[in-house]
Amino acid sequence: MLTYLARRLIQAALILLGVSVITFALLYLLPADPVRQIAGRSATAETVENIRRQLGLDQPFLVQYWRYLTGLLQGDLGRSYLQRSEVSELIAARLPASLLLMAGAIVCELLIGLTMGLIAAVRRGTPLDQGLMIASFVGVSAPQFVVGLLLLYFFAVQLGWFPIGGYGTFQHLVLPSVALGILGAGWYSRMMRSSMIDVLRQDYIRTARAKGLSRLTVLMRHALPNAILPVIAMIGIDIGMFMSGIVVIESVFGWPGIGQLAWQAIQRVDIPIIMGVTLVSACAIVLGNLLADLVTPFIDPRIRLR
Amino acid sequence: MTAPAPSSLSSGAPASEASPVPVLSLRNLTISARSAGGMLPLVSDLSFDLARGETLCIAGESGSGKSMTSLAIMGLLPKPAVSITAGSIAFGTTDLATAPERVMERLRGDRIAMIFQEPMTSLNPVLTIGRQLTEAIETHTDLSRGAARIRAVEALSAVRIPQAERRLSQYPHELSGGMRQRVMIAMALALRPDVLIADEPTTALDVTVQGEILELLRDLKRDFGTSIILITHDMGVVAEMADRVIIMQHGKMVETGATADLFATPKADYTRALLAAVPRMGAGQAAAAAAGLPVQPTTPQPPLLVVEDLKVGFDLKGGLLGRKTHRVHAVEGVSFTIRRGETFSLVGESGCGKSTIAKALTGLVPFEGKVTLDGERIDGLSGAARKAVQRDIQMIFQDPYASLDPRMRVGDLVAEPMLIHGIGTARERQDMVAHLFERVGLDPSHAERYPHEFSGGQRQRICIARALSLKPKLIIADESIAALDVSVQAKVLQLLKDLQDEFHLSYLFISHDMAVVENISDRLAVMYLGQMMETGSRDQVFSSPHHPYTQRLIAAVPQPDPAAKRHAFPRLAGEIPSPVYPVGQGPKRLALLDIGAGHMVASRE
Repeated sequence: MLTYLARRLIQAALILLGVSVITFALLYLLPADPVRQIAGRSATAETVENIRRQLGLDQPFLVQYWRYLTGLLQGDLGRSYLQRSEVSELIAARLPASLLLMAGAIVCELLIGLTMGLIAAVRRGTPLDQGLMIASFVGVSAPQFVVGLLLLYFFAVQLGWFPIGGYGTFQHLVLPSVALGILGAGWYSRMMRSSMIDVLRQDYIRTARAKGLSRLTVLMRHALPNAILPVIAMIGIDIGMFMSGIVVIESVFGWPGIGQLAWQAIQRVDIPIIMGVTLVSACAIVLGNLLADLVTPFIDPRIRLR
Repeated sequence: MTAPAPSSLSSGAPASEASPVPVLSLRNLTISARSAGGMLPLVSDLSFDLARGETLCIAGESGSGKSMTSLAIMGLLPKPAVSITAGSIAFGTTDLATAPERVMERLRGDRIAMIFQEPMTSLNPVLTIGRQLTEAIETHTDLSRGAARIRAVEALSAVRIPQAERRLSQYPHELSGGMRQRVMIAMALALRPDVLIADEPTTALDVTVQGEILELLRDLKRDFGTSIILITHDMGVVAEMADRVIIMQHGKMVETGATADLFATPKADYTRALLAAVPRMGAGQAAAAAAGLPVQPTTPQPPLLVVEDLKVGFDLKGGLLGRKTHRVHAVEGVSFTIRRGETFSLVGESGCGKSTIAKALTGLVPFEGKVTLDGERIDGLSGAARKAVQRDIQMIFQDPYASLDPRMRVGDLVAEPMLIHGIGTARERQDMVAHLFERVGLDPSHAERYPHEFSGGQRQRICIARALSLKPKLIIADESIAALDVSVQAKVLQLLKDLQDEFHLSYLFISHDMAVVENISDRLAVMYLGQMMETGSRDQVFSSPHHPYTQRLIAAVPQPDPAAKRHAFPRLAGEIPSPVYPVGQGPKRLALLDIGAGHMVASRE
């Protein structure tokens, strides 16, 4: 177990190194010039060159990357070009809001997705099943900003049940969580449905019924733990999808998380912030996957981690 | 929880004065499946009574409706696709054919219990044995959780599971197939049901384990007075277990009667055919003698395949750097020779390494040792040389349903080996396919069809045609008839024999079935844990088995003869030991001693 953890953490470090190289290279190759953004349109060529030298952007790629990496290994994510503060502080200030939103979204996804999938599997082939699967298809295909705006229009503007945007109370959390979670709920409901249909065909379900257990007991005690296994593996991957969703949803709902931070940084080519947010997201994805793998042995005793 | 006292039904058939009131009484039961062409009957007009304390065997081949009947009694038919369309199933005062689900839930597991064919998949992998045992007890009784656990331990002890207490916290994957089937039986019997339905309870098990499970069922019936409906395709099991037999075919009862009568004087043609098709121990020798053939070939043919000290092992890795920690010694120094035109059999129970040898010879797993085919070394070959050898060794697999690509036409499947080896033009290959189809007893015009359009036996014929397409010298048949019905088995075996004579083929026949091996082999080897226990000619091994394991295997085969009562069966001392050893260690190599005329027996510890 400990050796497994150690190996996975080494793997994680290598993945993060890879992500940092690729992101850094892509930003280096970007046609937009961060120095122009900082200096402004009216700056002289000399000022531009001065800033470039100050930031070390006149150096060759490998030197730039080496500097960044050595900083990174000492826990230094660098300073923002425009906001004049440490990237780590900027991220730390906004991360809790994003994590809260993600947690809300995961709860929404699982509640909506698993319930829909379960019902569809049990009522397989009925109009209810078809209706649920159409709904899940809509959830998967609808662009997140459209979902967000529709939710805002109906539940905040028309009905007034929830605030239009902002951050602070549970009321504020509901709509963005649902908007972010609907995409995953669509995926989960389809996965849960096919996984459940598969499990319901298994011999041990027949055994459970032959014992005289009620349908509900068979479903919840015998089928659900088996059917949920592939879904758990999916949650780890899902955190990656959240990262892209969060940029959109935070903008729509005015949610002060790292998605907004990233959005602003991309518009202004603020490379240290983009790098920082990317690495934090990569960390979240890697840890999410690790966590999902660590949870599975508790549900399926056949799985041993080594 | 009180059992509904079985009482006569007003609509039930009058029971004869001698027999007491039946526990279960089926009248004109018809089960139908919904299909495009309307309701298709799977079981029609089936009537029988089950007496208290009786074992009734329902025997028949696949598609006879025997499993559907058992599921109908349990109320577990896959509705709405399949349902009871007529008739009644009287259990006490309840008609199970029309009883609502809530009534069925109360009876199921409590008064009527069932065990299934596949012990490997019939237990829930994520719940402990204890949980799966106690939940039924808790559902049907008012016992507390602690009391239910005590009941569970009692039930496990009753099915002779050692260390019953400890098993409660284990998961199914920690137990062997035989142990799992015992758990299933314990689960079914924990509440002392009136009726136990056992659907092919030993089909998936090794023959020695099968013997133990059957014995267990007999003892439990005697001790608890449970009525048993045993569903099986194996006439040996029928002869050993049944008081009465029902023979079914195509959903209809063909014949019924007391076991001894039915075996002695079968009335229906189908019953006679079924009994004739059953492979019997001793039949091979008898046939050879009747044909006037010398029991031992006088002039031994030249050897085709010589295997010397074959070893196959698999490494298990662990630790931070994934170093080798353990090694599975699947095959540990096996030597044998197969002569031209000869059938050599490897026989043994699951995990003995017999299939691994087949994989090694076909180049599917790496191996150590010296292998000579037709005078040329084939070990250590790779690339083109290995591919050339592949032409001479072909394989027929166990499951004809899984070994044919469902998306390819069967003609293309048979032609594919020739295509891979670049033999002939498209036209010539087509002719060859037509020829092979004819030879294995298939209509050449069916070459355009897809595998799902054929029955199991026909598919195995397609696999045989595919193996023959390269004109191999050796065909390895790995449990190739195990998945087929007995009547089909007999025909496929006959085809294999005919082809052997015609093409002068050698067979390496791998099987767990001693009766089949006795029928088809010239020589054989008995394997256990990767090593040979005994080898020799058929007569040597079957007439005078020397190794206790061989004796056990032979004794465990159920005989299709109710008069042949089995001797006291030596019980399993524990689980079969594991062939996994830490790196650097290995199993003790057993020396084979020649006890005369090539009859070799492993030295005993």
